[in-house]
Amino acid sequence: MKVAIVEYGVGNLNSVYRAVKHLGHEPVVTDDPSELHDADAVILPGVGNFRAAAEKLEETGLCDEIRELLGSVPLLGICLGMQLLMESSEESPESRGLGVFRGTCVALPNDVKTPHMGWNTVEFRTEEFREFDGEMFYFVHSYRVAPEDDVVLGETEYGERFPSVIGDRGRLIYGMQFHPEKSGPVGLKLLGEVLTGASR
Amino acid sequence: MALAKRIIPCLDVKDGRVVKGVRFRGLRDAGDPAELAHHYYRHGADEIVFLDISASPEGRRLMVDVVRRTAEKVFIPMTVGGGISDVEDFRRALTAGADKVSVNTAAVENPELISEAADIFGSQCVVVAIDAKREPLKPEHEHVADHIFSNDDGEYWFRVYVRGGREPVDLDAITWAKRVEELGAGEILLTSIDADGTQEGYDIELTREVCNAVSIPVIASGGCGHPKHMVEVFKEADADAALAASIFHYGKFTIEEVKEHLAERGVRVRQC
Repeated sequence: MKVAIVEYGVGNLNSVYRAVKHLGHEPVVTDDPSELHDADAVILPGVGNFRAAAEKLEETGLCDEIRELLGSVPLLGICLGMQLLMESSEESPESRGLGVFRGTCVALPNDVKTPHMGWNTVEFRTEEFREFDGEMFYFVHSYRVAPEDDVVLGETEYGERFPSVIGDRGRLIYGMQFHPEKSGPVGLKLLGEVLTGASR
Repeated sequence: MALAKRIIPCLDVKDGRVVKGVRFRGLRDAGDPAELAHHYYRHGADEIVFLDISASPEGRRLMVDVVRRTAEKVFIPMTVGGGISDVEDFRRALTAGADKVSVNTAAVENPELISEAADIFGSQCVVVAIDAKREPLKPEHEHVADHIFSNDDGEYWFRVYVRGGREPVDLDAITWAKRVEELGAGEILLTSIDADGTQEGYDIELTREVCNAVSIPVIASGGCGHPKHMVEVFKEADADAALAASIFHYGKFTIEEVKEHLAERGVRVRQC
């Protein structure tokens, strides 16, 4: 299947590209809204600054295109890509996210080292990801999502309990704060299931 | 719960080949860094560090190829260091597939490189490697030795060395660690020159002092000869990660054995 990896000028997309390829899919890195049309799944990758990414998505028309695709193919936001699914972020209060989920992004607590960098446990709440419950994944971030609705599928403890996986199964939208593409065999497996299994 | 402590095998690479002799059964080519990195990946390494010790442009070019080939099959974070002198070197390593780039001598000579790289690529990409050595305090050091320690032999301080640990500079390692954090480094790779190669354990005092001085993660390096040394550096110095080479390369311990040892002693590690 064809997996579009959205290029918005900041993050390092190569690792996502290689992980998708390793899973046997056909990755396409693109900033062209029309290319998203023939994709079987779309990934908003991570790393970077909320403002720069939000601006690029708006300028290129990718924002509208992604909103149009919602519900028809699986959409996965990774790290910053997950945060972009929200309406806004404390990192750049004047910028607008995609608003796929209601809520904002907030800074991690002051009493822990930031960025939250390294391997940490994800406790999954849903049956869908039961086999991944308690596994460790690789995180690198300083902000985290604060959704207003009940969309939390997994949580992680780091100075506080925060949503590390969110999703809406009906609309095929998922967000992960960690990097499944950097989380070893378990991460690759989860990535594969979200890209394919979610569309079942 | 806190983050898991990371176990990081380090591979020294010269002209595209692993330098220290490595013999593993089941490896097609034990001298190929990509092959060896994949071996450690499958056995539960949390991260891989490549250190390029080539001196030639040809060696540097081969390193890029090593990184590219490794990234195709190793899905954990990868740090590349050695010979990084400007932002273009950062870009080359990151484009090839590295997640982080470690810089040492060039950062000492031009500290602005740290902030420049952090601005462009993000702090999470920028690792500053600090090589430190205990030095007896002499009168001529008093203006740079900000942190002075003492034992039965007298007073000493931790001095920064560059060019692969060969050249001392007038910098206090603890002061330098704080400075690189201010400049935007995302992590410190701290090597004790005294402990390196001894296999008698990390320099706990040095590591503890640096960990206490900064709020970014610190990778302890130099001296690991047994998993108990990792327990020490995690429990007594509060390092975030432990780097080791020879205990893995010579097959003395597998990564699984090291992690089992740590877990049994109450250190939180990622089990595979």
